[in-house]
Amino acid sequence: MVLISTLSTVVFVGVAIWGVLASETWPRVREQFFSARHFQEVWPAVLSGFWLDVRMFVVAEVLILAAALIVAAARSLRGPVFFPIRALAVVYVDLVRGIPLLLMILVLGFGVPALDIPGVPRSALFWGVTALVISYTAYTAEIYRAGIESVHESQRMSAQSLGLTQVQALRHVLVPQAIRNVVPALLSSFVSLQKDVALVFVLGVREGVREAQIYNARTFNYTGYIAATLLFLLVSIPVARFTDWYGQRVRRRRQAMSA
Amino acid sequence: MRKIRLSGGVGFAVMALVIAACGGDTADTTTADGAGCGVDELELVQPGVLTVATGEPAFPPWVIDDDPTNQEGFEAAVAYAVATQLGFTPEQVTWIRTGFDEAVAPGPKDFDFNLQQYSITDERDEVVDFSVPYYITDQALVAFADSPVAAANTVADLKGFTLGAQIGTTSLDYIEEVIQPDTAPPVYDTNSDAKSALDAGQVDALVFDLPTAFFITAVEMPDTTIVGVLEASEGQADRFGLLFADGNSLVECVNGALEALEADGTLDALAEEWLASEGEIKTITR
Repeated sequence: MVLISTLSTVVFVGVAIWGVLASETWPRVREQFFSARHFQEVWPAVLSGFWLDVRMFVVAEVLILAAALIVAAARSLRGPVFFPIRALAVVYVDLVRGIPLLLMILVLGFGVPALDIPGVPRSALFWGVTALVISYTAYTAEIYRAGIESVHESQRMSAQSLGLTQVQALRHVLVPQAIRNVVPALLSSFVSLQKDVALVFVLGVREGVREAQIYNARTFNYTGYIAATLLFLLVSIPVARFTDWYGQRVRRRRQAMSA
Repeated sequence: MRKIRLSGGVGFAVMALVIAACGGDTADTTTADGAGCGVDELELVQPGVLTVATGEPAFPPWVIDDDPTNQEGFEAAVAYAVATQLGFTPEQVTWIRTGFDEAVAPGPKDFDFNLQQYSITDERDEVVDFSVPYYITDQALVAFADSPVAAANTVADLKGFTLGAQIGTTSLDYIEEVIQPDTAPPVYDTNSDAKSALDAGQVDALVFDLPTAFFITAVEMPDTTIVGVLEASEGQADRFGLLFADGNSLVECVNGALEALEADGTLDALAEEWLASEGEIKTITR
């Protein structure tokens, strides 16, 4: 059976490759998108631009994970006295999830510095990352909330009967279990963030995609975009593979526990 | 808009340069009354109609009120002058809008020609065609009047500042190839974004062609000033040409029309009417 699947894959891939290389348009496509000469020329700029992307999404992700946890925890506090906090969290999530990320980047990146408020940073990079954090925190908070609510109610009741306050219950009992449940969703959101950092280029920031675009505007060759694509895949594919591995590990552990 | 007179010396120099540029093209130009340039004989995107493209939005002084059909603004006026010279009535001219970058990219076009301050460069010439120049100008540096960059006198003075420009423009090329500042210049999709960045204090100065710089500093952002005219590299100022799809047969006839308009002084008159060039502006030397 392995032999048949291997043979079938080889034939399938072989035919597909032959079909592409034999087509009339391939030489033009290769020159426009996969030119070795242009790749060499554009690579340093795209790489250094991409390095900026990496720094942006690492910093942003750390802030997002922390902020979203606070919002999700605020939303899951029980009792009438906490209503204002819950309501604030709901308003924040609903509002921010309804605003296109690009719009937020433009409004915060160009609009806020133009107000000339003393002490407020002007940097396009700062406001671009801030917009990303604000936007992604809303989505990530919902992921956390789903995780917290998926923890069995008996856990919360047991914590309460042990005399833990709500915050203590969240911190020691609920959130650790919740996070374990939603790691794949958090990782998937992280992969999405890795792409969305490129949007800050509208503020003039010279990240990877922008460098490819500058090269394209000068030479009318699209190889720079392929270079940027390769770099983005380089960071997102390992995360995807890790997500699968982690999911399998959790499943194996659960089976072991219930056995 | 008050009329501002092009100083006589500059006008003469512009005319001389345009004539020299026209004289340089030998193979392409035919006389304005050459066979094959009648309205019915031209190869047009839409038969019987001249489809002209410009930017979205189109800025003054090139197009007034973002409505080229009013024939107001230098480029709107030039387009209608060319159309009339070719034998079209103003009603036979339709307008479409394109982004700056997308029109220069190789491939077929939805327009007969496009004008939005395209400078004629060798790289662009390989993928599109240009007419003979209809205007020649320099690049200029725009900044807030109270900014430290306003005191710069040479290109070397500019190196420590953050300069910005629109993507794919000769303005950006000038910054990256001639000025070569210490910080990589931020690059913007449109001039509007670049102006927003200047307003936000994210760049110290921006590079535009001179007439655009005049309009921005006089009308749109009155607190800004033209720091100086940037001395052209290799003595070559920016020549604006009408942009055509590569291999478009229309170029010869349009060149004939432009040469006729040049010869009878129409282009100069339009430049004088729509484009400002007032007073002494220092040159930032290389």
